[in-house]
Amino acid sequence: MSVPQLTISDLAKQLQEQKTTAMAVTRQSIERINSTDGQLNAFVTRCDDAAFKEAAAADVQLRAGSAGPLTGIPLGLKDIFSTKGVRTTCGSKILDNYVPVYDATVVERLRKQGAVIIGKLNMDEFAMGSSNETSSAGVCRNPWDRNHVPGGSSGGSAVAVAAGQVAAALGTDTGGSIRQPAAHCGVVGLKPTYGRVSRYGVIAYASSLDQVGPITRNVEDCALLLAAIAGYDPRDSTSVDRPVPDYQASLNEGVAGKKIGLPREYFIDGLDPEVKRAVDAAMEVYRGLGAELVPVSLPHTDYSVACYYLIATAEASSNLARYDGVRFGVRHAGAGGLIDMYQQTRSAGFGDEVKRRIMLGTYALSSGYYDAYYLKAQKVRTLIRQDFTRVFAQVDLLLTPVAPTAAFKIGEKTDDPLQMYLSDIFTIPANLAGTCAMSIPCGFDAAGLPIGLQLIGKPFGEGEMLQAARAFEQATDWHTRQPSL
Amino acid sequence: MKITEKDVAYVAGLARLALSPDELTDLTGKMDAMLGYVDKLNQLNTDGIVPTAHAVPMANAFRDDQVVASIGAAAALANAPLGVEDYFQVPRVIE
Repeated sequence: MSVPQLTISDLAKQLQEQKTTAMAVTRQSIERINSTDGQLNAFVTRCDDAAFKEAAAADVQLRAGSAGPLTGIPLGLKDIFSTKGVRTTCGSKILDNYVPVYDATVVERLRKQGAVIIGKLNMDEFAMGSSNETSSAGVCRNPWDRNHVPGGSSGGSAVAVAAGQVAAALGTDTGGSIRQPAAHCGVVGLKPTYGRVSRYGVIAYASSLDQVGPITRNVEDCALLLAAIAGYDPRDSTSVDRPVPDYQASLNEGVAGKKIGLPREYFIDGLDPEVKRAVDAAMEVYRGLGAELVPVSLPHTDYSVACYYLIATAEASSNLARYDGVRFGVRHAGAGGLIDMYQQTRSAGFGDEVKRRIMLGTYALSSGYYDAYYLKAQKVRTLIRQDFTRVFAQVDLLLTPVAPTAAFKIGEKTDDPLQMYLSDIFTIPANLAGTCAMSIPCGFDAAGLPIGLQLIGKPFGEGEMLQAARAFEQATDWHTRQPSL
Repeated sequence: MKITEKDVAYVAGLARLALSPDELTDLTGKMDAMLGYVDKLNQLNTDGIVPTAHAVPMANAFRDDQVVASIGAAAALANAPLGVEDYFQVPRVIE
């Protein structure tokens, strides 16, 4: 038995049948990280000692027969989640020494359910990036080909799961940051509906778009982990007070009779032929399973990237104003007074991509430009949302590629931010519309790099979306492939 | 050009960023390209469209005004680069 082959559900079964112990599983996870992370760089901070203590506590629960499905399961967290007593950098030099004094709600929930937190995972600085190349902890590598990016911004989370370092991980998704790295690493990633999961204690990038979600090896685990973190939290005023359905109970209901929309704007010229072939094949799988595939249109798709990069940067410029060297983080004192200290701190602490986004956002919000840029983008956001509302009156789900290409090479797009931004074209609209979406493995290109299929569900339609993902997974074996490390 | 180095330097001041001359030149080029790209939004007529600030319909979130324990001064100051007694310490503001 080794961690790489094991899913949360397999591990939980073995733990509950006392065929193994949480200590043994934790040791395997840590040994796997020791033997593989030198090549991958998925981990920013390791919690070995704390993990063994948590495992020992989990074993007590397991022996007492009071364990749940996450008791003793080794999990990783993107380094954006506040973890009490554990350094949390958000991939930035400015938070290099930051040790939160409280846990994020999702972390608290996982701990209460007995999960073992193995460590904090690499990410683009402040979740700003599509390649994990902007991290202060250095680039993270794709386990399928280490010259390629893992995707971003939750690159470390996708890599740790794909490489079998942990059973599953949490990421965040503002414009595709869970789905795109999941697709590039051949694992499952889900962005819930805005408001479904608490963001209390999650370091903010763009508050009207950010959402927390699971990255797992299969759809069953994804349903399980989503159920573990979803639900209302009075400490997050944007979380929605609405019951969490039993995602696992409805998981195997299939897709017969479901209407799946194929938005024509997602099958464009820039789409890589190998990605198109894999997505076309996935459509055939769904036809074979009894779903009805319906051509639909989301006419404002082409405006999504422009809309997103105004709204997200504007919100980021405001959210990141808090990094001023006063209450937390690294301070760089200048020769001058307070303003000089702010400027020196922020200029030394933020990386180039973060500075670019703060600058664009500040410009879009500044006097004289607010209406032309920020307000205009918010109006276009309404048009994009209306596209989804209209289309979901006709169909149950949407099926699209996750990204126009498989994972690109490290360094390929770092000099051209706009090209990097355009790689998010298929994932951004779901964030702007606030709805749920997920990525599941649907094939490989000729170079052996994974390709992801995106399903987009109705707002709060995670259950129906997971059913469709599960049906595909049962009909295919893409999710069982593993990189050789 | 949508934006000049002078504009970028002004915005940097608003954002409390000190840019080197090289950074200023590089950023001006990249912001100009981005502003050129986002111009495509002007192809759309948005007269009378209500802006979206929040994707999920949501009213104000109220809760009971109950006193609960706070983290306390020591924890609040635990990450401060400089503190004195129960205060954050900053460079002199008023000469």
